[in-house]
Amino acid sequence: MIPELGHFALILALLVATVQTLVPLVGAHRGNPAWMAAGGPAALAQMLLVAVSFGALTYAYVVSDFTVANVVANSHSLKPMLYKVTGVWGNHEGSMLLWILILAVFGAAVALFGNNLPPSLKARVLGIQGLIGIGFISFTLFTSNPFERIFPPPLDGQDLNPLLQDPGLAFHPPMLYLGYVGFSVAFAFAIAALLEGKVDAAWARWVRPWTLAAWTFLTGGIALGSWWAYYELGWGGWWFWDPVENASFMPWLLGTALLHSAIVVEKRDTLKSWTILLAILTFSLSLLGTFIVRSGLLTSVHAFASDPDRGLYILAMLVVAIGGSLTLFAVRAPSLKGGGLFQPISREGGLVMNNLLLATATATILIGTLYPLILDALGGGLVTVGPPFFNLTFVPLMLPLVFVMGLGPLLAWKRADLPGVLSRLKVAAGVGLLAGLATLYVQNGGPVLAALAMGLAAWLFLAALTDLAEKVKLFRTPLADTWSRARGLPRSQYGTALAHAGLAIAIAGMVGSSAWKVEKISVMVPGETKQLSDYVFTFEGVERLPGPNYMSQTATFTVRDGDGRLIATMTPEKRVYPVAGMPTTEAAIHTRWLADLYAVIGDAEENGPGWTVRLYYEPLVPFLWLGSLVMMLGGLVSLSDRRLRVGAPRRKAAPLGPAVQPAE
Amino acid sequence: MRYLLYVLPLVIFLGAGVAFWWALDSGRDPSRLPSALIDQPVPEFDLPPVATVPVPGLATADLVDTGQVTLVNVFASWCVPCKAEHPILVRLTEREGVRLVGINYKDEPEDAARFLDDLGNPYARIGADPEGRASLDWGLTGVPETFVVDAEGKIRYRHVGPINPPEVESVILPIIEEARR
Repeated sequence: MIPELGHFALILALLVATVQTLVPLVGAHRGNPAWMAAGGPAALAQMLLVAVSFGALTYAYVVSDFTVANVVANSHSLKPMLYKVTGVWGNHEGSMLLWILILAVFGAAVALFGNNLPPSLKARVLGIQGLIGIGFISFTLFTSNPFERIFPPPLDGQDLNPLLQDPGLAFHPPMLYLGYVGFSVAFAFAIAALLEGKVDAAWARWVRPWTLAAWTFLTGGIALGSWWAYYELGWGGWWFWDPVENASFMPWLLGTALLHSAIVVEKRDTLKSWTILLAILTFSLSLLGTFIVRSGLLTSVHAFASDPDRGLYILAMLVVAIGGSLTLFAVRAPSLKGGGLFQPISREGGLVMNNLLLATATATILIGTLYPLILDALGGGLVTVGPPFFNLTFVPLMLPLVFVMGLGPLLAWKRADLPGVLSRLKVAAGVGLLAGLATLYVQNGGPVLAALAMGLAAWLFLAALTDLAEKVKLFRTPLADTWSRARGLPRSQYGTALAHAGLAIAIAGMVGSSAWKVEKISVMVPGETKQLSDYVFTFEGVERLPGPNYMSQTATFTVRDGDGRLIATMTPEKRVYPVAGMPTTEAAIHTRWLADLYAVIGDAEENGPGWTVRLYYEPLVPFLWLGSLVMMLGGLVSLSDRRLRVGAPRRKAAPLGPAVQPAE
Repeated sequence: MRYLLYVLPLVIFLGAGVAFWWALDSGRDPSRLPSALIDQPVPEFDLPPVATVPVPGLATADLVDTGQVTLVNVFASWCVPCKAEHPILVRLTEREGVRLVGINYKDEPEDAARFLDDLGNPYARIGADPEGRASLDWGLTGVPETFVVDAEGKIRYRHVGPINPPEVESVILPIIEEARR
């Protein structure tokens, strides 16, 4: 009964989404206020119906209702409750429902908090949101119905893919979707602006919080996914340039560009058609990611079970959404008038540079990801494009970007005084140079690129701090004055500095782990020791232990430092999940803050006491996670800026929660 | 001219759309292993010997224009299937007189030496690849992996995973015979 209710609610949501699309769009076209106003209630109704539907599926998982095919395929009665719930989105059908729920929540948030929008713009934004809803709800209903029943019901389920039974991955999809779907709002605003034929500073101010929120979530989603790959896959790496990873990274890069170009539209009333194009392309790349992951078009370690029918349906959706919006862009964008002029050396110039580099980087990754497919289509045979390509093309684009990032926030609008800015950054430049040289000296013959990147990371970190220090006139006026300036400084300034400093920290982590990682693979017998960097690992042996829905072979390592002091006991595991019939490796990670110690246990020798053991010394990896957190914090602080709230005098209550945080 | 710029994104997207449609419609299987190396010359590489193992290192020159067929086997002491495969490699060199060379993948010199002391060393040359760089150029997907290289230095066959005894007669020896011609 409950699953049918969920199914029925989803069908109703599709009908409501159709109303939400047609009525406001036609109303805005004809200038009919009553029709335009229909968008808001429709968006709220859609959210309610989708929430009921999602709740019904969640209920089926919680009570282990094995008459529902989706629950049978992805759950098991012995699975811990956390993974029963997260199993809802640990599969294709359920994750589509989560996607739709988030889309509906964003739509409802526009309806609730968009009171200060011009009615026709609001109607069009909601209409476009409704149209996206139609696409995804119909896709789910017609090709991926999660409520399908099975008869006769089996006694128990087939269990969730054990790799996904993990706290990191439990929250990775919701975060990622909040990011992907968040960009749908920027997309809807862009289409609405093209329909209106008007892009101005107010428009940019409405778009920015949504983009910022989406960017913050996507940053978190990508970091969580990368963290999961790091500790769960047991390969000692955190990024593999896999098509699915690239699919999430491309919208992030382009979304970052959008975030910055929207500032130029807001402050200087220029770069309009470019910003509109970025908004369209960012969401298009999110859709493309969905397509790649779910159609089986490219191989990946993360892919969902694929089905060509679904692939064709999503492709049709892509053609309508991306093709349609780009057509509209081609027709309407040429008539958008640009505003303020600026010199190449200026804040605008810096942001244009940022946009060019980010867009080029995105294009490079897109080409690398799709190249195997396109070459195959042209009859060139099968190839794989691996990390060497991406490292060779992506890294050289990022180095100048990081350099410009240090300068950018200190440049003045219109025309900047470059020598003046450079002289204010001399401390950052000096420390950066010193950090680079010190790295070169310490690593003694290691990669020069690593020293360069470390120098740039130090430069960026200090430049971000210098920017704040300059703005509050630290040490140049009495401290009381500095304090009052610091309190008066807009939060978005703190957000910028935090996000930039966070990236600097993350870069240090990326460099450390790629340039100085030490890997030791060997067969070890119990009692044997291995030295790795300054640490001595002793292999104590392997025990068989039962888990709730798996059997574990748990190895024990004791780790001592150079003086023989005990530092840690590490217990990597090999687990077998009998129901899913899959083994997983659970890496043991002990963090020393400046580095991680990482141990993985492999196979036992056939007739001997030895085990294959992989030990890694991973320098600076914790910085990667810390940097990501600081970047997210920067996004949140910037979101709380007063500028993004003013002009909304009618709003009384505080936002409900993170999902609906970005008002107006 | 300026308008063309605005149409460009649409044109690029439509091109990509056609490629996607083809990819879905043609039923291609992206998980097929690329066989780009077959009938290609061996990659450029130059590996030093494994310390304490008394055979020389391995480089591209040792595989090109040798006048005989060579088996290139990628192995590691920590790899359990390599141990299982080892007696078969020994037999191939002793009974069939095949020239066998090795690439020692991500291994410690002491461990490799102990491995070969325990089980015997059938390799005429062994290149040490502690970082796995050269193996990457060979398109390695895992250890063990074995390549058949002909007299000119072209890769004729690639075997992923350990060689089982039945495969010696049914696969490996016929390919060696064919490569000799």
